[in-house]
Amino acid sequence: MREISSKRITEATAELCRQAAYLLPAEVEEALNRALKMETSELGREVLREIIKNAEIARKEKLPLCQDTGFAVVFVDLGQEVLISGGQLTEAINEGVSRGFSDLRKSIVSDPFIRANTGDNTPAVVHIEIVPGDKLKLGLLLKGGGGENASTLKMFLPGAEKEEIVRFVVEKVKEAGPRACPPVIVGVGIGGTFDHAPFLAKKALRRKVGHLNSSHHIAELEKEMLKRINETGVGPMGLGGKTSALAVHIETFPCHIASLPVAVNLECHAHRYQEAVL
Amino acid sequence: MKKLTTPLTDNMAADLKAGDRVLINGTLIVARDAAHKMGLNLDLKGQIIFYAGPAPGPGGKLVGSIGPTTASRMDPFTIPLLERGLKGMIGKGGRSREVREVLKKYKAVYFVATGGAAALLGQAVKHAEVIAYPELGPEAVLKLEVLDFPAIVAYDVHGGDVFAK
Repeated sequence: MREISSKRITEATAELCRQAAYLLPAEVEEALNRALKMETSELGREVLREIIKNAEIARKEKLPLCQDTGFAVVFVDLGQEVLISGGQLTEAINEGVSRGFSDLRKSIVSDPFIRANTGDNTPAVVHIEIVPGDKLKLGLLLKGGGGENASTLKMFLPGAEKEEIVRFVVEKVKEAGPRACPPVIVGVGIGGTFDHAPFLAKKALRRKVGHLNSSHHIAELEKEMLKRINETGVGPMGLGGKTSALAVHIETFPCHIASLPVAVNLECHAHRYQEAVL
Repeated sequence: MKKLTTPLTDNMAADLKAGDRVLINGTLIVARDAAHKMGLNLDLKGQIIFYAGPAPGPGGKLVGSIGPTTASRMDPFTIPLLERGLKGMIGKGGRSREVREVLKKYKAVYFVATGGAAALLGQAVKHAEVIAYPELGPEAVLKLEVLDFPAIVAYDVHGGDVFAK
């Protein structure tokens, strides 16, 4: 067994919150620059230029890319040979979020109806997966409200054609329009159960933007969806243009013979995701 | 690119067309969901409301990054504010047909700013202070002094709609 102290997990989580808030991943910036070269809509180009400039300012001035620094969603890939000492894992993560958010906006309320701010952006949504090995990987996503509110799930019949699913995903991006802050990154979860498909859709957002699924037929579906989304004309911030999405990432899981769940989790262009391995 | 200085007048509003890029100077009132629910009890004559909740800046600065939130959530509260003299709103996304159509009557304009470009927009904020509902924390009402705040006219007073183009 390899020992990792809860204190290290707290410190790493706090640092990831700050990094995620301030740093746009390089591959997102590259995708935005490629989009700017292709975009022909005048307002669309202006919005893309602002988004690229925003990333530079945020990085240099250590300012949040977006004022909505979101819900902290933490993926823990926990090696089964790791022993966590000195405290409980989820508590250590929440302590890290609390510290990491000292200079960020606190957007979490304690109860869906009472809606009193928790004051430190806790709790985080934590997904723990036990994996082989003696390392602990933290993947922290700061998820804004706009993209989440435009996300959805549909239980398709098992005989649904791929085309129906493509149309469903394209339609959701179109419906969301500017609310999800396009150009979006589209996480799609296909398969599993009613609860698992949305988890897959969120997990799909962990993938480096623009990297395709390793299965050829799923990668083809990702390309088809991206092409069709970019033909909708939604454009940057819904002001028209060819750049409505930067990437579509699909994750799949085996299905029940009676089911074909499809979940769509939209992510704004301000993609706040960082990882650390302990 | 047109330069605008607040307060907005009927003539200034009439001069704006959907799709125009503008740089706003002067004062913006920051208010979002909770403050709208509480009635936004302040003088709004000629004012522009910016639908936003800032993230603080380094050294305890009140506003570091600030970008627009989805404007349509404020639709149910908007008409009474226009009746009280509100002349402009800045948000992201479309509005209800009711709000879009009533802008002509009140000679008011709806602007959009780039969502998620909050560090960039924050650079235009020269001064910020809480002027109402401090208990709402990130949803408190602020007064901002802005210099060349970039926005796009989304709905003009002539029925123009940038999203319909």
